Amino acid sequence: MATTKVTAADFEQVVLKSTTPVLVDFWAEWCGPCRAVGPILEEISNEHGDKLKIVKLNTDEEGAIAMKYGISSIPTMNIFVDGQVVKSIVGARPKPALLKDLESYI
Amino acid sequence: MQDLNEIVIVGSGPAGYTAAIYAARAQLKPIIYEGSVTAGGALMTTTEVENFPGFAEGVMGPELMESMRKQVERFDAQIITDDIVAMKLSGDIKELTDGAGNTVKAKSVILAMGSAYKEIGLPNEKRLSGRGVSWCATCDGFFYHNQEIAVVGGGDSAMEEANFLTKFASKVVLIHRRDLFRASKIMIQRAAANPKIEFLINHEVIDVLGEGKVVGLKLKNTLTGQESVKDFTGLFVAIGHLPRSELVKGQINLNNDGYVEVEGRTTKTNVSGVFACGDLVDYTYRQAITAAGSGCQAALDAERFLAGH
Repeated sequence: MATTKVTAADFEQVVLKSTTPVLVDFWAEWCGPCRAVGPILEEISNEHGDKLKIVKLNTDEEGAIAMKYGISSIPTMNIFVDGQVVKSIVGARPKPALLKDLESYI
Repeated sequence: MQDLNEIVIVGSGPAGYTAAIYAARAQLKPIIYEGSVTAGGALMTTTEVENFPGFAEGVMGPELMESMRKQVERFDAQIITDDIVAMKLSGDIKELTDGAGNTVKAKSVILAMGSAYKEIGLPNEKRLSGRGVSWCATCDGFFYHNQEIAVVGGGDSAMEEANFLTKFASKVVLIHRRDLFRASKIMIQRAAANPKIEFLINHEVIDVLGEGKVVGLKLKNTLTGQESVKDFTGLFVAIGHLPRSELVKGQINLNNDGYVEVEGRTTKTNVSGVFACGDLVDYTYRQAITAAGSGCQAALDAERFLAGH
């Protein structure tokens, strides 16, 4: 399935209360590496979305959530299980490397 | 994709794209692997480029690269947004494998993998990467509104990052281990004239402090050896680059610093049919325009090589 956009309004429902692991991609329009990794996350979501839900959070629009999770570099990809951050991947990387990082969730 | 291609280009900064433009116009139907996340190269994370000729008003780095890519697309070239993960360069037929596992064969290869950010090499630098330690001011500067941060480095990129970061930060301290800067005069003057930038010369960063995020830096005066601690919420590292030559190590000659060695004023490596250009080769100039120039040379050298084989 395709990635979806998450906002403050549905963050709790979509991310924190999810019964499957969720990857939150903290990104912004002006960030080159974020735009580079975007299509890769899209592919991974299409291939593995049943096991790992991938959602995108725009740090320009949702600064409070980014601050709450101490985001200071983007892209940061946090994996949430049962409402807790269990893994944090910082920086764009090629698909095989990302799949390796995610292997215990997909 | 043909079974045996004339030319494959690996990498896509100004060097790779320029090589692709020339090779395509020479009707060699190049395939260019632009990189899955590194497409466009180092200029993708810069801001304004003021010294690329032809842009009288300056141009944003990513915009310049987007424009070079479009220029490649005008001609008969195939752009693949993936990485090359393995290469076999010896012999008449070169074999390259991409991230998706496909193998492509070619009579000649142009290497243009560029360079990667250099780390200071401190144990806590890696641990706090993304938690206050950053290599990309344009990506991360936004998160440092009204904060006091440090930039380490003495070249143009350190000056540029420091200037850019003053848009967000309340104060930027530029830390450099010597009292002489490698940066160009205009960039040093601009930083010196910026009231938010403070210079801390003859100091090096010896540790990054903080548990979950950066809270300060441990510094050492390089003249007296005296150590001190200063509070910062962010550290931007701009101490230079390292050539991305790991993939070809052991197959072609590299110098002691890992740059690919080329013959004289050409782009020929010691392996027949393999050419190299851009930051992968150049430890002296490292400019967008010199990279583009060497990409052009590599395409012309490859074209001559192919004509003779």
